[in-house]
Order: sequence, then structure tokens, then C-alpha cells
Amino acid sequence: MLSVLASVPTFALEGVDAREVTVEVDARRGLPAFTVVGLPDTAVREARERVRSALLNSGLEFPLQRLTVNLAPAWVRKAGASFDLAIAVGVLAASGQVPPEALEGMAVSGELSLGGALRPVRGALPIALGCRAAGLRRLVVSPEIAGEAALVGELEVCSVPSLTRLVDLLHDRWKPDSPSPRTSRPVGPAAAPPDLADVRGQADARRALEIAAAGGHSLLMIGPPGAGKTMLARRLPGILPPPTIEEALDITRVQSVTGNSSGGLASERPFRAPHHTISAQGLVGGGSRPRPGEVTLAHRGVLFLDELAEFARPALEALRQPLEHGSVDIFRGQVGLSFPARVLLAAAANPCPCGIGGDRCECGVLTRERYRARLSGPLIDRIDLVCQLAPLPALALAADSAAGESSAAVRARVVAARERQAARLAASAATCNAELSAGATRLLVPLTAKASRPLAAALDTGVLTGRGHDRVLRVARTIADLAGRQRVGRDDVAEALGYRAVAPGRTAAG
Amino acid sequence: MSGACDSCLRRGYLLGLLSGRIAGLLGRPGAPCALLALGDAALASAVGGKGEQEALAFLGRFEPRRARADLRHAGVAAVCQHHESYPAALEDLNDQPAVLFCRGRVELLAAIEAEPAVTVVGTRDATPDAIEIAHDLGRGLGVAGITTISGMALGVDGAAHRGALGARGATIAVLAGGPDVVYPRRHGDLHRQIVESGLVVAELPPGQRPYRWSFPARNRLMAALARMTVVVEAGEASGTLITADFAQDLGRTLGAVPGRVSTRAAAGSNRLLREGAAVVRDASDVLDELFGIGFSTAPIPLAEPEVDPVDRRLLDAVESRLDIDGIATFAGLPVNETRAALAQLETRGLIRRDGLFGWERARPAR
Repeated sequence: MLSVLASVPTFALEGVDAREVTVEVDARRGLPAFTVVGLPDTAVREARERVRSALLNSGLEFPLQRLTVNLAPAWVRKAGASFDLAIAVGVLAASGQVPPEALEGMAVSGELSLGGALRPVRGALPIALGCRAAGLRRLVVSPEIAGEAALVGELEVCSVPSLTRLVDLLHDRWKPDSPSPRTSRPVGPAAAPPDLADVRGQADARRALEIAAAGGHSLLMIGPPGAGKTMLARRLPGILPPPTIEEALDITRVQSVTGNSSGGLASERPFRAPHHTISAQGLVGGGSRPRPGEVTLAHRGVLFLDELAEFARPALEALRQPLEHGSVDIFRGQVGLSFPARVLLAAAANPCPCGIGGDRCECGVLTRERYRARLSGPLIDRIDLVCQLAPLPALALAADSAAGESSAAVRARVVAARERQAARLAASAATCNAELSAGATRLLVPLTAKASRPLAAALDTGVLTGRGHDRVLRVARTIADLAGRQRVGRDDVAEALGYRAVAPGRTAAG
Repeated sequence: MSGACDSCLRRGYLLGLLSGRIAGLLGRPGAPCALLALGDAALASAVGGKGEQEALAFLGRFEPRRARADLRHAGVAAVCQHHESYPAALEDLNDQPAVLFCRGRVELLAAIEAEPAVTVVGTRDATPDAIEIAHDLGRGLGVAGITTISGMALGVDGAAHRGALGARGATIAVLAGGPDVVYPRRHGDLHRQIVESGLVVAELPPGQRPYRWSFPARNRLMAALARMTVVVEAGEASGTLITADFAQDLGRTLGAVPGRVSTRAAAGSNRLLREGAAVVRDASDVLDELFGIGFSTAPIPLAEPEVDPVDRRLLDAVESRLDIDGIATFAGLPVNETRAALAQLETRGLIRRDGLFGWERARPAR
């Protein structure tokens, strides 16, 4: 036998998807050598040392032959240690230590320790999804991530602790327990999600929060420091509808590729609150090896921008496209990637630079105007609702009598409103009112003459611009959905008008 | 109504020619006046160097007829110190301008001879309160038939002019640049309105941009033109205080609007009060000061809209700058209805968005 060729499928992460990579191992007679080709990075090239040691330490043979490993397709850049296992299995097959027919329809993914143990890799869920899509029947991964991979049905996930066990498995001498798909969080500080009942007062903000959650509308909270803007925002995921299976898979997939996975299916929507010093790249993703940004980490959840006025303009500018399309497209070199980025945007800001607001504020009109100009920057035309938070006197905080409504009660109304929307939007691409296109808005939100009166008057007097018109309509539709009204009424429109965001125009100083 | 003799006109244009060099010569505000008191030749030699040569050449070749044609073309009237329309009040200055370049109703210059005028000034970065007070002062004075003089600056100045215009009162803007140069740029609409129904006056000829020295120089004119100067809000370092100093030096009445003692924004105006300036709360205080107590019998009417009781409570709550929750409680409405009701009031023009945030009362013609 002059040469033997073996090939083993494995996966490389690309964005939040897994691309199939075939590891081909060619073993032939010649001076012993071990080469890896196919755009490997340093970590992949170092796999040679790990594979050699892992094989020898597992009591297996490392063939003294001329070994060439090719990672195909050759033009995709390969990074990381997740190819170790596939290379090792390829070497075993090429050297006749495992029966080649046992590899039929099987993919492997894992990093190897020098002792031959399997280590977990990132992205178990997308890898499993990729496996199923590629028509493979079996996936071998380390036990730590087997539960996550098993979330994907129609796939036999083998939880294998070591290379020795894998060889046993391939020789049919051993069978792993089939891992159970994990749908709840594993052990750990299972902190109860924050509840709206903890928030006292703030009727205006609570109402705005409910509308935002019900229609998927973006929200800006204005209030003095300490009024509870962050506290309220943190409670948004708890009043949004619980994620559907599809959404949960989406969330888990992102967590999986970024190494934030809990090891099971995410049961809650993410809440991300990046600091205002974040760069555009940190917010939307990027880098020479594109990594997802905060907006992707918040996919299907809440992206909270506290101190909106302090964010760098380019960072907010970069957010516009993801907010519009629900995805981030990144191009690096010849590779184009798309990260999902469907988020509910919540932002918060102080009412003025001094942060006091109301009649105690000492900021002059020019100072305020400058501050507002900063705030009204690139994002303000993406904001559907603006609400106000009252500075709470210490007494109101101390009194425990006036506990607010609980998140569960609000969520029930939100879910009901979402169901009404779903019925109406079944035919369209949108999943909630906020996603309605301009055309769909006018079609799906018909107004009676009476209901459209506040809008017409606002347009006439210049209070409302054409651009804000549709935004008000969508919010009005959500308000009616919350109240269970078939038709959007005059009061719904007026209330939506009251919550709309206004780019500051000329004030008394100008 | 208008007219200027050749030598005065020449002096006006000479100032325009040298304006950039005066800036370089002085460098700091507050000290232009000794220079402006000099005669043509002395001014030229004070500037010295290349500027002096240019100035002397200009004095020799100045063509009054062409200048007059240019002024006519620009819609600018020139009133020189020898003309009957020239305000006698300016003669109290030892460096009165030889010529005033005017746009708008030149007859207002004669009006301030007959009835006293009031200068209302204050900081540009004013608190909303100060803006409101300045606006009410302008409106009250306008209703009482008193001319409001100011500098068309952002903040207090602009609000005073707008108040006067809103009451169809007379108002004069004294500019630091030429009479046709809109400064600040954002006040283009205000400039146009004042030219239409008030008067714009400048010491520099048309087309001249303002210089650092020309703001205090303009302030001396505002102080001199009026019988009384009212400072609405001024910090400790405000240029407004220069106007107050001029007014006192010229023996004019000085008034100031009291501000909160703990704020820096009103530190300058509060100091004026401490030093003996008259306390001004509204236009009737100004009238009392000008004409003696009891002159104004009829209260100055406030334009109040017809609204139902709930809306009235909403308006009152907005006026007290309550936050939304407070407004809702005060009006006895749930928040969602409050938002809706406020939106309706906004549509009716009775309140408006305070930038991105809450609401504020909207005043007519603001």
C-alpha cells in the first residue's frame, strides 16, 4: 500500500453559521513528515503537535509516513483548534487504525488535549445545524457541548470524552449515552429576572415600555440620574413575549459562537448594555476576523444604550443599517458575512447636561440646545417613543406600599397584543407593528376620518413631518392592539402623537 | 427722513475700511471708544502703517455720489449727526457715530425723541425663564407704546425683539456689523421682520461683518439711545454688563431682573441690583421707573386662549414645568390620556415640545 486517503467532515464558523470543511489526510511512503495545507492559521498548524501527542498518549500509533492534511475548500481561512479532532480521525483512518466505513455520514468537531481528551469548541449549535443541513447523520463532540448540539433534531450527537473512546466507538466496542437536549439553564446562580413590580411610580415610562414591548418599538427614556432608566430597561426582556423555539435557537446560536452559551437552549431574551465609550466596531461587529458586535449579541433581545448623548457619533451612525435591516453585513477582503441583528432598541439620556431637569435646572438655552443637538444625532429618527421619568423623592422609594404591576401581568397584555398583530401580519414579512414598511403601514392601519383628525391637524400645523407620520401610525396601531381594538381610534393616534420623538428644532434661543 | 453730509458719510465708510485693523489694534473688548472719538486723519495715523496709507488714499478718492447710489441700491438709509433725524441722545457720547446706517422704518429714530425708549439686554445662553421674561418685557413695552431696543443677539435680545414685534410694538436692533449683515446667522428671520416693521441701525456701513471691538461699541449706542437699560439675565463675565456700565456712565436709568441668588447665570444682574439698579419684574415696573409710579393704570393684557377646565389644568401644569407623571396627577388623567391630551394641545399651538423632552407653554409670535 503506497498511499491511503481519508476524508473527515468538520465545520468552521463563519459569522453565526457553520461552513462544512472536509479534512483530507493523505498518508504515503516517504520521509516522515506532517504538513497542513488549506489556509490554516497558526493555531491550526499547531494542531500537528497536539494530534501527534494525543495519538501517542492514547496508546494509538502515529504513522511514520509522509502525511499531508488538506482543509477543503482551500480558499476559506481556517482558524482555531477545532480541527484537531478531524485531523486526528483522518490520520487514524489513513493509517488503518479505524474502519473507514465507520466514518460514513459522520462529522467531528473538537480540540484535543495532549493527553487525548476532547475539549469543547465554540458554536456547537450552528455546527449541529450545519451538520443536519449537510445531510450528515452523526456528530461527535465533547460532552460539555453535546447537550447544546442535541438541541437539533434528526441528528445523532455522540458525546465522546476522549480519543480512545472515539476509537472504541468507531470499532463498535462502546456506545455513548445519548445526550439530552438541554432547554433550561444549567446549575448556577439562577437569578430571578428583574420584575417590573420593583419599580415605583413612573407611570409614563411604564406605559411607554409596555407599548414598546407590544409593538417592537424603539424607546428613548429621558430622566434625571437615579430615576431608574437602567432599572426599567433591564425589565424589558421580562415583558417581551418569551422567545419561540426558532427565536431561542437564534439566540443560542449567537451565544454559542461568541462563547457565551449556557450549554442549553436560551430561555430568555438577551439584554445588552454596552458602555458609551464603545467603538463602532464593538457595537456592530467587525475586525479582520469579523466578530459579532453588541447589536448581534442582543439579537432577538434588547440593546440598551444608556447616556445616548455620550456615544460617539460614528458608533451610532453605524447602528442605522442594522436597525433598519435586522442584520449587519460585513465585508473583509473577499469574504462577506452577515450577522443577525434584530433588536429592540432602548436608549436613555439625561434631560440636560446638568441632569437635574425640570424647574431646578440651571442650564441656559444654548447649553441645552447644544446638548439636544448631540442627542438628536443619527439615531433620533429611529426612535418611536420618547418617555419621561420623574425624579423620585426619597420617600416614594422608601414606601413599599405602592408596588407596581408585575412583569407577568404586563407580559400577558403584550403577548395578547402580539398575537393580534401576528394574525394581521401573517401575510407580510413583518412580525410586529414596528417592522411594517411604509406601504404596509398605510394598508394595514386604515384610519377613520375622525381618527385621522389629530394627525391631519399635526401635519397642518407643522408639529408633525411626513417622516414621523408613519411612525405615529405604527405606534397607534400597537396602542389599539394593546386595548384589543380592531380599529385604530382617535385617542390611540393622539397618544401615539404624544409619545413621538421630536428632533429639536429652533427653540427660544434661535 | 434720511440724509447724510459728505464728510460724515466718508467717516462712516472710513470706519468700515479700517474695521479689521481696529480689531488688530485693540485686541480686547471694552476699549474702542477713545479711538472712535478721533478725527479722520488722527484715526488713520493711530491705525498707522499700511492702514494709514490706505486710509489717506481713501479719504482723497471717496466719491459721495457713488456711495449714496450704493446705499440706495442696498435699501440702506444713512442718517448723519447733522441731520434732524439723528437722535439727540447720541450726542451724550463723546464719540458719537458720524453716521448711522439704517434699514427699516427710519421714523422710529424720531419716535425715541418723542417717547423714551428702553434697551433690554441679557445673556445669549439664557435660562428659559429669562427668555420668557425678556419676551414679556418686549411685549409689555410694545403694548404700552414704548420702543424696545436690543442687539438682536441669541437668547434675551432676540426674545425681547420678538416680544415687541408680537405686540406690534416698535423695536430697534443695533447691530455690531453692517445693517444688512445678519448676525447671528440664525436670526435671519428676525432680522427680516425687524427690517419690515422695526428698524435696524448700525455704525458700520453695509456689508461689514462685526468685529470683536464693534460689539462693545454697539453696546454704547444701545445704552445711549434708551432712557433706561434693563438687564434681564447676565453672568459675572457677560458682555451685557458693558451696556449696563455705559448706561450708568451716561446717566441713564439702569434696571435689572432679579435672578435666583444661588445661580451663576444671574450673578451679574443680581450684582447690579445690589449696586442700586432698579428692580424690574415686568414691563409695568419699567413704566413706573420711567414715568413715576401709577403711570400705567390698565394692566397689560395677557393673551389667554379659550380652553375647557381640564385643558386649563393641563396648561397650568405644563407652565409649572411638572413632569408627565406630575401633569397627569394634577389634571386627574391617566398617563395615556394625558399624552393624548397634550398632543392635542400641541397641535392647537398652545404648548410645544421643549426640544426632545417635555412640553412648555408656547407663546404667540415667539
